[in-house]
Amino acid sequence: MAQLPGTSPARRPSLAAVALALIPCTAMCFTVPLWDRLTPFVCGLPFNLFWLIGWVLVTPLFMWGAYRCEAARHRADGSDP
Amino acid sequence: MSAAAVCLATMGAIVAFGTAVGFRAGARVRMDLEQWTVGGRGFGVVLVFLLMAGEVYTTFAFLGASGWAYSRGGPTLYVPAYLTLAYVVSFFILPQLWELGRRHGMQTQADFFAQRYGNRTLAALVCVVGLVCFVPYLVLQLAGVGIIVSVASYGEVGRTTAMTAAALLLVAFVFASGVRAVAWVSVVKDVLMVLAALAIGIGVPLRHFGGIGPMFAALAAAHPTHLTMPGATHNLGHAWYISTVMLTGLGFYMWPHTFGSVFTANSADTLRRNAVVMPLYTLTLAFVFFAGFAAVLIVPHLPDGDLAMLTVVRQSFPPWFLGVVGGAGALTAMVPAAILILAAASLFAKNLVRALLVPSMSDQSVARLARAMVVVLGLVSLLLAVFSSSTLVALLLTGYAGVSQFFPGVLLGLYSRRVTGAAVLAGLAVGVATALTLMLTHHDPLCGVSAGFVALCLNFAVTLAAIPFTRKPT
Repeated sequence: MAQLPGTSPARRPSLAAVALALIPCTAMCFTVPLWDRLTPFVCGLPFNLFWLIGWVLVTPLFMWGAYRCEAARHRADGSDP
Repeated sequence: MSAAAVCLATMGAIVAFGTAVGFRAGARVRMDLEQWTVGGRGFGVVLVFLLMAGEVYTTFAFLGASGWAYSRGGPTLYVPAYLTLAYVVSFFILPQLWELGRRHGMQTQADFFAQRYGNRTLAALVCVVGLVCFVPYLVLQLAGVGIIVSVASYGEVGRTTAMTAAALLLVAFVFASGVRAVAWVSVVKDVLMVLAALAIGIGVPLRHFGGIGPMFAALAAAHPTHLTMPGATHNLGHAWYISTVMLTGLGFYMWPHTFGSVFTANSADTLRRNAVVMPLYTLTLAFVFFAGFAAVLIVPHLPDGDLAMLTVVRQSFPPWFLGVVGGAGALTAMVPAAILILAAASLFAKNLVRALLVPSMSDQSVARLARAMVVVLGLVSLLLAVFSSSTLVALLLTGYAGVSQFFPGVLLGLYSRRVTGAAVLAGLAVGVATALTLMLTHHDPLCGVSAGFVALCLNFAVTLAAIPFTRKPT
């Protein structure tokens, strides 16, 4: 198998979509020292568990935003949305 | 009837029912591996969702995650975080991969590396690493069945006996049916698992503490440090959390079988939309955690945290319910294990031996070799499951340290024009060697950072550094 001639790498995602995706990543991963604590209890849950569950719930909103950015770009150049 | 008999009978009935549903659904379509792996590239949002979501609900999520909540505490929070981030990452990888796959007719992970880089050594290494990483994953499933059967039989059936029976069943299942049936058995087990998780996660705290809030209050009072990191461990702190979430989040779709599921979608947009909604599927894990945390107070001092979930169910619910949970759990372990064993055997016979070593092999010899591999893999996994004492989470993390090393090759393969096969090969070799060395010499975590993540960083660095040296002058 020879290397595919002209295997064009995929088009890079828009900056806006990447920025939107980085928000849940930052909230759930990199900032862990800030929210990994027992108190205050929220809805009966320790704060760290509440924080993670909350972010699981809102992550689809951010990704929906990223989806809108990408879909608009695909429509603009007429490729598969 | 004794409690153990009721429980085992219910369990057997559920496993038989799930298998029967699968055989009925599969009987109408003749499915070979290609059919299963790519499903004719015709799956829409709902089917892809079910297929990919089913991959989350393995024995690991059920017993392993609750087991870590019980024995390690806070560090187990890495699980919902990594799954959510895996879907976020997938938004930028899978649709692009699908496009490339459609253009060049790719079906497997080995296809991607072989065609994108045109480097046989690289494709062979990808095959071998993928195969080796399957082993801890299989061991995990077998160990899961062993735990389920021994707890559900109230200790009457030993764990080794249960695992041996599971391995035999598994090999027989693969020989008899191939992979027909899988999608529908997945649906049965997913429905059962979600219902069981909700019932356990709400029922156990309610019964013993009067609710989830009072349960956490009691736990916080009795063990103030258990719920935060490093919990009951001394070396799984915040650095470990960040590095492990990144390693496993990036590695989630690098398993040969999850990677292959990308090509089942009917469009890149299906994958994009899936990535948006999939994080919600991890919510069930919260209930699994509730049960694991409740077990800390209800059944302290278990020899093995992986027993926590089932032991607490046994203490809180009637035997038939334990049977239902056990049956769902057993299906959950058996089905992925059957797929894995078949995928691994075919990968070995077709993509490795025939494609790279003996190109003249006939189709019949390939099929014979694949069948022989099914038996070999079943035996190796069984032996490791019987003799290893690692927790389910530790087994999974070992596999992740390996498969995550594919990530630079995939990411750069999609987005970089300059990357070369030789550079990816160098990075992969360094990454895998580093991960292996650190884990075998018990340096995981290394200075508080997950060893697999250290290896992944080195892998990236070597790949990027090697690009200028491996490019042909133009």
